[in-house]
Amino acid sequence: MKVLVAVKRVADANVKVRAKADGTDVDLNNVKMAINPFCEIAVEEAVRLKESGVAEEVVAVSIGDKSCQEQIRTSLALGADRGIQVETDANLQPLAIAKLLKAVIDRESPDLIILGKQSIDSDNNQTGQMLAALAGLAQGTFASEVVLEDGHARVTREVDGGLQTLNLKLPAVVTTDLRLNEPRYASLPNIMKAKKKPMDVLTPEELGVDVASKLTMVKVEPPAERSAGIIVESVEQLVDKLKNEAKVIS
Amino acid sequence: MALDFDSARLPNPNLTSDHEAWRTQLRRFVDAEIVPFAEEWDEAGHIPIELWPKAADVGLLGMGYPEEYGGIMDGIDSWHSWIVNEELARVGVGGVAASLMVHGIGLPPVINWGTEQMKAEVAPPVLAGIRHIALGITEPGGGSDVAQLQTIALRDGDEYVVNGSKTFITGGMRANWVSTAVRTGGPGAGGVSMLLIPTHLDGFSRTQLDRKQGWWASDTATLYFDNVRVPAANLIGVENRGFNVIMTNFNSERMGMASAMEALGRVCLEEAVVWARDRNTFGKRLADHQVIRHKIAQMKQRLNATQAYIRACYEAVEAGTANPGDIALLKVQASETMEFCAREAMQVLGGMGYMRGNRVERIYREVRVNAIGGGSEEIMRDLATRQYGL
Ligand SMILES: Cc1cc2nc3c(=O)[nH]c(=O)nc-3n(C[C@H](O)[C@H](O)[C@H](O)COP(=O)(O)OP(=O)(O)OC[C@H]3O[C@@H](n4cnc5c(N)ncnc54)[C@H](O)[C@@H]3O)c2cc1C
Repeated sequence: MKVLVAVKRVADANVKVRAKADGTDVDLNNVKMAINPFCEIAVEEAVRLKESGVAEEVVAVSIGDKSCQEQIRTSLALGADRGIQVETDANLQPLAIAKLLKAVIDRESPDLIILGKQSIDSDNNQTGQMLAALAGLAQGTFASEVVLEDGHARVTREVDGGLQTLNLKLPAVVTTDLRLNEPRYASLPNIMKAKKKPMDVLTPEELGVDVASKLTMVKVEPPAERSAGIIVESVEQLVDKLKNEAKVIS
Repeated sequence: MALDFDSARLPNPNLTSDHEAWRTQLRRFVDAEIVPFAEEWDEAGHIPIELWPKAADVGLLGMGYPEEYGGIMDGIDSWHSWIVNEELARVGVGGVAASLMVHGIGLPPVINWGTEQMKAEVAPPVLAGIRHIALGITEPGGGSDVAQLQTIALRDGDEYVVNGSKTFITGGMRANWVSTAVRTGGPGAGGVSMLLIPTHLDGFSRTQLDRKQGWWASDTATLYFDNVRVPAANLIGVENRGFNVIMTNFNSERMGMASAMEALGRVCLEEAVVWARDRNTFGKRLADHQVIRHKIAQMKQRLNATQAYIRACYEAVEAGTANPGDIALLKVQASETMEFCAREAMQVLGGMGYMRGNRVERIYREVRVNAIGGGSEEIMRDLATRQYGL
């Protein structure tokens, strides 16, 4: 069985990002980049499936300019067997990514596709769902447990009310939540070996996908700074303020 | 440009995305397995035995050693080492790195000059983190004047009979083997040999030196040899040529110490800047007082110079043209920089800095072991002038 994981290059979670002065985008100049943490969980899950003998091959896919090869290499160091980069300089929206991934799936025919539930940069939480719809596959989003048995994936989902368990027919799309697993660190020998693993480069044209976006970004601005608080003098004053100023109680 | 640990590192065109990948993974390891516990280990006076196999798994112990012994060498260069020294220094608990990585001074004599049999026996368990090795040069009678060491190894049939003592030996309490400098010949450098001494042999004993200014997490020992009979096959390299082994070993130890010291200075800068931005005195941020701004600038200036010097030396190491004099003075440059940064950061932190439980306080206490161990500042300057033919 073959597992395909999608990985995205994003600003490192520890970096404090800033808006560009002209408000056109976030400033990523000289910012440390990393694999989106949810994608890393996806890679880990796929690698564990391989280690437990359930999967034979793990393919890591990333879409973006040449620099996203770094995140594919990291996935290879973590245990993926092969990489695919879909090379494009365009700033892609979830729908275009889903279409490209659909085209990759058509070529690769994986049994399971694992993605992060969202990426920590734009927090869209759309790509996995769109991909499942486009490809006509079952989907299990926000997975906290995935068990594969006889042609099915039993996916435990973290939903608002608690846990929901779905039985999906393979091939299926799964998106990862935080508690699915704890990703390992890639060891130095595996980082070095990853350099020798195969990586194919495809283009949107080769895949026959039109990636033109129908959305335009209007403006990026930092959140308003919180104004300083005050210390109330009595409970009465607090209740009064909650009632009449904040209007959160009546 | 900013002044945190990463931003205060000058760009280094030698670093590739592979090096950065190593830094990223190593930092994850350090942040998960070391940082949360390091202070506790320091107070406890040792690091847990399980840390070595974990460090082996991530590739930390095997880096730079041959694959056949469980190491990894292919594609590994000085820049990987620099990253290791930086990332371990970033923890700000010097004893952890000193203890965890002590094989970095104990094992190279075996790897570079030992017999095949010796390497096959010692290197795999050490690199797997399940056995330990230390380096024994310094004696109670003196450490700087290595050529005058007094531990005697007398040949008797196919054994050496060893008598004497070593002190300040990092990892000495745990070591299964000690790469030991002994006198096999006449006086002076020409009578020194290196001998691999297993610590289970009769006549070997040790005591812990557990009340130190710093490096608490690292076990330091005095070793005693009382008619210890060591197989002659344990000779490392050629008899009476041990001085060369020791001196070669020192070069890589000094590069490692220098790059760690610069990073420790950078930790001080980072902590001082965070505090100076946050703390208000006389109606404005500490960072807005000119005197404090200049302290920060001087720290960064010296760190910049040290980084550039480290890079120049590592480039020479990579090119095979390293000069021991330059490396000796680099060690001095780095310890003076660390000392300056620790001092100035302590001043910026004020009373807060004097309290236990912050990186600057500990680094301040760990300046001297770096300025003395591995060759003191005085000895480094002397060595350099001799290397330069003065
Ligand atoms: C925590 C710790 C861990 C250590 N770990 C190890 C280890 O693992 N293995 C090991 O072998 N050693 C180890 N050492 C020992 C260290 O290398 C020595 O302390 C160092 O080489 C200095 O030797 P010494 O202490 O005997 O000082 P001395 O040689 O007695 O020197 C005392 C002082 O005199 C100065 N001095 C000496 N000769 C001259 C001269 N000709 N001109 C001018 N000044 C001079 C020195 O610079 C020094 O300041 C460790 C030391 C410490 C503190």
